[in-house]
Amino acid sequence: MSTHIIAQSLLSGILVGALYGIAALGLSLVFGVLKVLNIAHGELIMLGGYASFWAFNKAEVDPYVSLVIVVPLLFLVGTILHFGLFAHIVRANEEQRIKNSLLIGFGLTLIGQTLAIRYFEADERRIATEYSTDAWEFIGLRLPLVRASGLVIGIVLVILLQLFMHRTYIGKAIRATAEDWQTASLSGINVRLTYLITFALGSALAGLAGMLVSVQYSISPNIGLTWTLKALIVVVLAGLGSMPGTFLAGVLLGLAETSSALAFGSQYREMVGLVLFVIILSIRSQGLFGEQNA
Amino acid sequence: MLSELLRSLIQNWRLPVLVALAYFLFELPELFTGWPWYYEEINDKLTLAITLFTIATLASSWNILAGYAGQINLGHAAFFGIGSVVTRELWLTKDYPFNEAFFYGGGAAALAALIVGAPALRLKGIYFAIGTLALAEALRLTIGSMYPGVSRLPGPELRAYELTSRYELSLKVLVATVFVSYFLSRSKLGLGMKAIREDEAAARSIGINVFLHTLFAFVLSAFLAGLAGGAFAYYHYSYNQIYTFGPNWTFDALLVTFIGGPGTLAGPLIGSTFFVLVRDYLAGTSELVDTHLILFGVIFILVVLILPGGLVDLSTRISRWFLRRTRKVFR
Repeated sequence: MSTHIIAQSLLSGILVGALYGIAALGLSLVFGVLKVLNIAHGELIMLGGYASFWAFNKAEVDPYVSLVIVVPLLFLVGTILHFGLFAHIVRANEEQRIKNSLLIGFGLTLIGQTLAIRYFEADERRIATEYSTDAWEFIGLRLPLVRASGLVIGIVLVILLQLFMHRTYIGKAIRATAEDWQTASLSGINVRLTYLITFALGSALAGLAGMLVSVQYSISPNIGLTWTLKALIVVVLAGLGSMPGTFLAGVLLGLAETSSALAFGSQYREMVGLVLFVIILSIRSQGLFGEQNA
Repeated sequence: MLSELLRSLIQNWRLPVLVALAYFLFELPELFTGWPWYYEEINDKLTLAITLFTIATLASSWNILAGYAGQINLGHAAFFGIGSVVTRELWLTKDYPFNEAFFYGGGAAALAALIVGAPALRLKGIYFAIGTLALAEALRLTIGSMYPGVSRLPGPELRAYELTSRYELSLKVLVATVFVSYFLSRSKLGLGMKAIREDEAAARSIGINVFLHTLFAFVLSAFLAGLAGGAFAYYHYSYNQIYTFGPNWTFDALLVTFIGGPGTLAGPLIGSTFFVLVRDYLAGTSELVDTHLILFGVIFILVVLILPGGLVDLSTRISRWFLRRTRKVFR
């Protein structure tokens, strides 16, 4: 096997992994702050993907430009979901809360997937722009433009989120609430509003990931569970509380998948990732980058 | 003597009711043999009943770990799949007699649970749920690449095919699962599991071996799901091997258990009856085949938010509410 093939597949692993990382950011944020696990995160990704697909298809809006519609739209969807459902379960104790959120997310998945099949049709769709097939070539390696954009967006996003979480009042309120909502509440932070903003922000991030999925791969109504599972794996691998850690864990998962595809054949690609995940989980349950008591 | 017998019968009314119900269901196909519409509709009804029994078995066996021991296993379909694939392969390609293949199927599922259980049960709560989901998906993908084709019953089996024996086998598996759950729930072992579900630290402090109890619940639940898979392999004449590994089997079991009432004997049974009948009714009336999924998604969310005890809990709640209202009126 030539070094060229190895380098090329490692590169594509990093690019795939960047998308896994972006998909996981929103889930990690919500899980870390609200302590609820939104299984329907993949459905939000699907919704974001369809939103930019239709914007491109009906109004010929460039997918990257369509983010100005898609991200606020998903923010709104997140707000509604939080008001209608998740705000009612954050009152319960932590164990009950996680279990109930798992169940509600599962119900939402069922509804979302069925509605999507009915109204968006079950075909696989992707956004085919003029630059979809363009690629940079250097030292013999091929770097597809739209996939490279995922890596760039991911890095920028992590930096922006990091600044947001550490420099703004809302970001600090989110971190304080994640650490201890009772103390946060005593210090005058509006915990309910913080929960709302966090959940909506998580949904907006899912929308962004959905746009990238529809540009780089394809979307169909049943992609939700696949992406939820990927995002979950990344979140658990990374542990809670670190945005750069989550993104990095996504890249690691992508690398693990492509290198195992190289070693054992492409049908074992996903399997090795999943098994690796279970092993790491049982050895280090707080995740690779998580704090001990997170 | 007689009064004592009567008293124990009243206290344990569930057991005779279950025995009578099982007997009635076994005799059901016989009862209708003479009826004029027998030959037209009986196959539809038997197929519906087999589907119901399969889902009820999966839900009841899932309930052993989730309802009694309190661990949500999102990889239950893997055991159903292992049971079906082992039974099918031994029975059709290795020419084992069916009964042997059937028990090997259940045994293989139990063995898989034993192997996976040791590392997986170190995880708790949400991590256990995600871990089992990931393992089941990994297994599903592997099976998909190992057995890519459709598995069909060969000619001789197909010619001898009749639904009544399939009906009886799935019913037997369901009855076994329900009786195991019944006796488990009142045994020391089952009480230990419930104690772990309520408060793990407290259970440990009174000397319950948490790991062994949950492992036992996991293996038992997997064994019964594997038997359900074996019965499915006997029943279905042509399907993709990957089909029985699909996450929808886990989710159906989870859905009906929570709608019916987790941690109870009747909950999974009531929930799955409700689920299968409504699904069948909606599929027959509306041209959109998947309406039931939206409906069940909504019901499910409402149950979680408003009625955490499931349908089983509804009757107690109604009577309590009624009592409170009447008390107010008479005061």
